[in-house]
Amino acid sequence: MNLDTYAEKTWCPGCGNFAILESFKRAIASLIKEGVAKEKIVVVSDIGCNSKIVDYLDLNSFSALHGRAIASAEGIKLANPDLKVIVFIGDGGCYNEGISHFIHAAKRNIDITVLVLNNSNFALTTGQFTATSPYGFKGPSTPEGNIESPLNPLKLALASQATFIARGYALKIKHLENLIIQAINHQGFSFVDVLMPCLSFFDQTLFYNQNIYEIKEKNLTSQKEALKKIEEWDYNNLTENQKIPIGIFYKIQKPTYEERMK
Amino acid sequence: MAKLNNIFQNPKKDFSILIGGAAGEGSRASGIVIAKIFSELGYRVYIYQDYPSLIKGGHNFSQIRVSQKEVLAPTKKINFLLALDKRTIEGHKKELTKDGIILYNSDELTEKYQGIGIPIETITQEEKGLPIMKNSALVGALVKIMGIDWPVVEKVFQERFHQSASVNLKIAKRGFNAAPNLFKIKKTGQKALPLFTGNETLSLGAVAAGLDFYLSYPMTPATGILHFLSNNQKKFKIKVVQLENEIGIINAALGAAFAGARTMVGTSGGGFALMTEGISLASQSEIPIVIVESQRMSPATGVPTYNGQGDLLFTLTAGHGDIVKFVIAPGDAQEAYFWAGKILNLSWQYQTPAILLIDKLISESIFSFDQNIFGQVKYEAPLLWDKKGKYFRYQETKNGISPLAFPGEKNVVVKSNSYEHDEFGLTVEDKEKVEKMQNKRLKKFQAMRKEVEKLEAVKVYGKKTAKKAIITWGSTKGPTKEVAEKLGFKMIQPIVLEPFPAKQMKRALQGIEKIALIEMNGLSQMEKLLNCYGIKVAKKILKYDGQPFFPEEIEEKLKNF
Repeated sequence: MNLDTYAEKTWCPGCGNFAILESFKRAIASLIKEGVAKEKIVVVSDIGCNSKIVDYLDLNSFSALHGRAIASAEGIKLANPDLKVIVFIGDGGCYNEGISHFIHAAKRNIDITVLVLNNSNFALTTGQFTATSPYGFKGPSTPEGNIESPLNPLKLALASQATFIARGYALKIKHLENLIIQAINHQGFSFVDVLMPCLSFFDQTLFYNQNIYEIKEKNLTSQKEALKKIEEWDYNNLTENQKIPIGIFYKIQKPTYEERMK
Repeated sequence: MAKLNNIFQNPKKDFSILIGGAAGEGSRASGIVIAKIFSELGYRVYIYQDYPSLIKGGHNFSQIRVSQKEVLAPTKKINFLLALDKRTIEGHKKELTKDGIILYNSDELTEKYQGIGIPIETITQEEKGLPIMKNSALVGALVKIMGIDWPVVEKVFQERFHQSASVNLKIAKRGFNAAPNLFKIKKTGQKALPLFTGNETLSLGAVAAGLDFYLSYPMTPATGILHFLSNNQKKFKIKVVQLENEIGIINAALGAAFAGARTMVGTSGGGFALMTEGISLASQSEIPIVIVESQRMSPATGVPTYNGQGDLLFTLTAGHGDIVKFVIAPGDAQEAYFWAGKILNLSWQYQTPAILLIDKLISESIFSFDQNIFGQVKYEAPLLWDKKGKYFRYQETKNGISPLAFPGEKNVVVKSNSYEHDEFGLTVEDKEKVEKMQNKRLKKFQAMRKEVEKLEAVKVYGKKTAKKAIITWGSTKGPTKEVAEKLGFKMIQPIVLEPFPAKQMKRALQGIEKIALIEMNGLSQMEKLLNCYGIKVAKKILKYDGQPFFPEEIEEKLKNF
């Protein structure tokens, strides 16, 4: 299935977004094969490198304002609950500019999928720190190093009552493809934090490759277990030996916002 | 009482009743009951609601103006004062006409006043009513004074109070028995009209034009729309949601409209400020959206429950970039109904943001509403895709309006873009493509300008041949119209403010030698808009203390005009 458009891809050579695009296209092709109607899929993008992705996909799309992709996605879903709505947003858009929408969408358990393409910096504005940049991160606005500690977005998602919480890694294409499929198939608010190195401003490839491991997914309905796993990594990169789990951390079934509206 | 009696004999005269007490004492509900009684008798009524930003205590009042003909403004002078507490008397007795009558709570107020004391608390206790029901005793007394037939009271109480009607009626009857009869008010012979706030009528207008979805974050004085539509969402077959903040509201609303739902949001100045990024997105992505901006006294938090018209220039310029949108400012509940429907249709026909600019006096005042207008608003179809060939969301057309299709339609890919884009909807940055899409939108703005001149965008009242004109807009229409008609001026009310109906305005101003401007802000913002079209104002009457304009004060200020 060809999901490409005629748009020229303008990501930096070797950018993790290419890998994510590949995982996503494979996931969508597989969902369409399983019977999801292509015309019912809507991708919603925010602003930033990550959000260029909608131009490269021959799918219904809504390019939103910075930080607002989740809010716009909610509107689309509420207007037509038959649609499968998937958000592409960066760490800056989701955890800085639009954090309130993330929290409330999770709390509502609205049936949308949020893929946060997390490179831990504002790349398209040349590398300033975001909410998930580690302590000490040096960027053009923090030449002496970031004096804030990073936010753990998975912990926030759990506290916000998201019903599907996962973490992926851009360079594990097959693993990410599978996460995306499960996230889209989940009835309710599904959230995947996708770690990705930014080759131009914050290349964490080595750090991620050394420390990331796939979790054995069991007992996904326990908040306590989920929290334990989530707290294995705090989004800092201060020590070289760091365990960074990826996979599904938490998954429960709860009535969705749209179901409760009826 | 001779002069008062004259009010009832002379059909041109009208009168005002003020009922007040602490917040939570029920004066507002009783104001509506009184207004309904007069409506039953064929009178036209207008209720001004005055309340501070608190829930219990303070001082609330309603002024009910009653007339044989349409009334759209409160008066400075009142003929009847119904006081639940001392603060109401002390605060309003100076507004009472010389022969006015005070009906007061004699359980609380032991002094002698110009009027009749009723032991409303004792009565309520003896009839085993709730404290809030004491209002009914005052209503009963008023009804007796005016010689209104008891069955009218019974009918209104039954409709208003349902289960508690019988206790309220007992209390009202005791008040009735305790007061003398001074006049005999007659039926007018006119049809009884229902009472609605402007928030309610604009909601009805939008529903008549096919509203599917309303989103809002509570903010006075627009909150009434959220409540009215929430309570009626099943009946109207619409969805209503409240989200985390106004930024969430506008961005979700644009998503909903993109998915095909006719969507409206409502707020006041502060919330509107947060929504402005969405106006720009709507214009760039060509997404229809109606924003109700009900002004209150600003800047900032301002005086939340009082009136102002200080958001005019902000509304006209809101949204970054080259944007033309519709800004429409109806002047009363009737116009709010009509224009809410019209603006929803317009926003879809032109795929553009559109602002219905009103204020507290339209939102929260209660008007006699002539339902004859119902037939005048209906769903008007937007330009839809003909399902032929490949779909281009931003297709180049003669007038710049591209056909609409929605996600979910077979064989269609709908791409909406906040970046500059090509006809399919993909991001572009090269100069030819950028300019091309800008030009497409400029063509559409030109079509919007033409459309406005086809609408009745400027209303003219008063003496049409007069050499002096008063220009006013929004709720100030009410008191100004009254004065213009009385003093023989022409009154011009621009309703569509953007695109500005320059041709219609020019026609309305033909033969006019001198212009006075009346509005409720300190910087005479409408004057600045008029100046853009070469219209010069000789006299300005501005009010910016949160209170409504009274016809008496406008008349006084126009004495030497």
